[in-house]
Amino acid sequence: MSKILFRQQLSKDVFLMKLHAPLIAEERSAGQFIILQVDEDYGERIPLTIADADLSEGSITIIFQVVGKSTLTLSLLKEGEEIPALVGPLGKPTHIENFGTVVCVGGGIGVAPLHPIAQALKKAGNNVITIIGARTKELIILEDKMKAIADEFILCTDDGSYGRKALVTEPLKEICERSPKPNMVIAIGPPIMMKFCSETTRPYEVFTQVSLNTIMVDGTGMCGGCRVNVGNEVKFVCVDGPEFDGHKVNFDNMISRLNSYKEFERTMHQCYLEQQIQQKEAVR
Amino acid sequence: MISKTAEQLSEEAKQLIVEYISRIDDMKPKERTHIPPQEMPSQNPHERIRNLDEVALGYTLEQARIEAMRCLQCVKKNCVEDCPVKIDIPRFIDHVAHEDFENAASVIKEASLLPAICGRVCPQEVQCQQNCTVGKALKDIDKAVAIGRLERFIADWERSTGKISVPEIKPGTGKKVAVVGSGPAGLVVAADCRREGHHVTVFEAFHKLGGVLRYGIPEFRLPNNIIDREIETLSAMGVEFKTNFVVGKTRKLIDLMDKDGYDAIFIGTGAGLPLFMNIEGENLVGVFSANEYLTRTNLMRAFEKGKADTPIYPSKNVAVLGGGNVAMDSARMAKRLGAENVYVVYRRTEVEMPARKEEVEHAKEEGIEFYFLQNAKRILGDEKGRVNSMECLRYELGEPDSSGRRRPVVIPNSEFILEVDTVIVAIGNSSNPLISQTTPEINVNKWGNILVDENQKTSVDKIFAGGDIVLGAATVILAMGEGRRAAAAINKMLVEEFEKEKVTVN
Repeated sequence: MSKILFRQQLSKDVFLMKLHAPLIAEERSAGQFIILQVDEDYGERIPLTIADADLSEGSITIIFQVVGKSTLTLSLLKEGEEIPALVGPLGKPTHIENFGTVVCVGGGIGVAPLHPIAQALKKAGNNVITIIGARTKELIILEDKMKAIADEFILCTDDGSYGRKALVTEPLKEICERSPKPNMVIAIGPPIMMKFCSETTRPYEVFTQVSLNTIMVDGTGMCGGCRVNVGNEVKFVCVDGPEFDGHKVNFDNMISRLNSYKEFERTMHQCYLEQQIQQKEAVR
Repeated sequence: MISKTAEQLSEEAKQLIVEYISRIDDMKPKERTHIPPQEMPSQNPHERIRNLDEVALGYTLEQARIEAMRCLQCVKKNCVEDCPVKIDIPRFIDHVAHEDFENAASVIKEASLLPAICGRVCPQEVQCQQNCTVGKALKDIDKAVAIGRLERFIADWERSTGKISVPEIKPGTGKKVAVVGSGPAGLVVAADCRREGHHVTVFEAFHKLGGVLRYGIPEFRLPNNIIDREIETLSAMGVEFKTNFVVGKTRKLIDLMDKDGYDAIFIGTGAGLPLFMNIEGENLVGVFSANEYLTRTNLMRAFEKGKADTPIYPSKNVAVLGGGNVAMDSARMAKRLGAENVYVVYRRTEVEMPARKEEVEHAKEEGIEFYFLQNAKRILGDEKGRVNSMECLRYELGEPDSSGRRRPVVIPNSEFILEVDTVIVAIGNSSNPLISQTTPEINVNKWGNILVDENQKTSVDKIFAGGDIVLGAATVILAMGEGRRAAAAINKMLVEEFEKEKVTVN
């Protein structure tokens, strides 16, 4: 059981919550995630990156996007209500040291897990260049927080409604062409964005780390559902990751695996929405 | 073979009771071996493939008594010798024959706290029943006294009468034991250490207790309410349970001792990362480890479509790779989820299959097809990356290998295509890496299994381990046996400390 201490809507489908979880707050490091369930008997296990932690109040922060029934249910919970099951911190922490210049690229909701990593990199003395992007202006999150820790800050939207009209790969390519080129790139966002960021940096031989959010059940190294092909080896995101060398990840396979249950998810979501509407109408 | 209905079996047993009851104590061994072995009543195969209810229904009272009368009460107890927890089998069976079920239960409880589980999932044919004199006399191991079924009968009887007794707990010692994992090994340690008066906390990573008993073994073999009852008994004894707690992550193992004051730790984290075949196509959509497939259906309830949020892949034609209990469970679960054709693909023959015999029989009755001496070569997919077939190879048996079983040898150019949309890989597990990643002081072998001494102690003082994390993929009862040994060593250690402290204080 974990109490919701704070809830805030960041954009149309994106929510921030602070959850009471003192042990996790104490143990977690940048890059790690939790798994939660909105129902202990029938709920799905949802993996979410820990965006922040506050030791004084014993809380962790999660930021999530509503994509299906489970995340929708989560978003409807109010401050003071309890999350029935929460476990973590899972996954390996991000390796942080002073690499020199690091480009942090965040796409959409991916900015949430990127933030604690950028913060830790800055603290370790790196020159942090940040690129954040989204489809459109209202999907940009954490702009101020990211700006505050960046030595150089670039914002772009696909439709040009805010910042530069570009995909994040455009400024990334320009930065790779600089001399000296950056020492490292960290890209977190939708799989397709991470794939193209990795393709962008490949010719420049800039090490590119990506954080994968695959299908997971237990999250503790038992089920193997999260397996990905990395450099032709099978790796498990929950215990070997979630971070991997983007130049070695087989993104196409990962993307097709992520779509395993698309049909099911669509129907579940649809049924749930119809149910909600019916309930509301019944109340009227 | 068409099985008799439960009613028929019960009726027959009632007649047999009339025949034998007057001579119960003075039958000759020969006469006893002539008593017909009692068949286990089971759910009709056509019905059961549409539900998750238990397949084996359990003996009726009369059946249990008749079966118990078959026992010869041997002086040399082969059965006890072959039981990993050394239940005094002839003694409890004698009580069953005399309809003294309460005493039968207490005899079992002297050695095993979880008879309802063991009676259902132990591989009796390679343990207690293997060298049963009756089976030997009749030259058929299937005609050995059905010890497991009798054990189950007693456990179920006790549960249904509400007569489950909470074992006595010794006065508190103030010592604290942490048990990591609530599977069979952990539950035994919890019970045994708590009985000696130590405070016991069981940490479980999942949101529900029971470990593999819950997420792995399907309800048609081991219903959840049975696990719940066993755990209720432990709670009533004062064992504390903490779910959603990953030792090594939520709290480091060492911190449990250094910061939280635990005096001993037992690691029973169970099976780890699933093994795959390392063949082409294993990451296609539609290929699952048995662990994942079963966890989705058992723990996450995906069988209850419309209710559960966790999805299960819709399958028509399923291939299951492997020949153990987990393979049988996966195949039978796939059938219950609506698959039309389920094939178990195993590279040896039926004789070498490690699965419990009863499960193989049940699988056959349910229409599971067995492809022996065949194995997957590669898995093929469509343009969307989804499985659409599997290329297989045929094998023949060659010379015996290190396990003593004849080694399967591939027949050249024997490739053929099996049309499947789902492949479930059930060829075992390697170890769970979480503890060793975060506690490097604990020595492991090259497969990551924790190394222990004859008392289940690890390379670190006060830390013990047992079950699959030590054995690799094994059985529930072997895990319990290890738990029992570890608990004995922990209890000895803690009692010695406790006595020493008393002396110092005085």
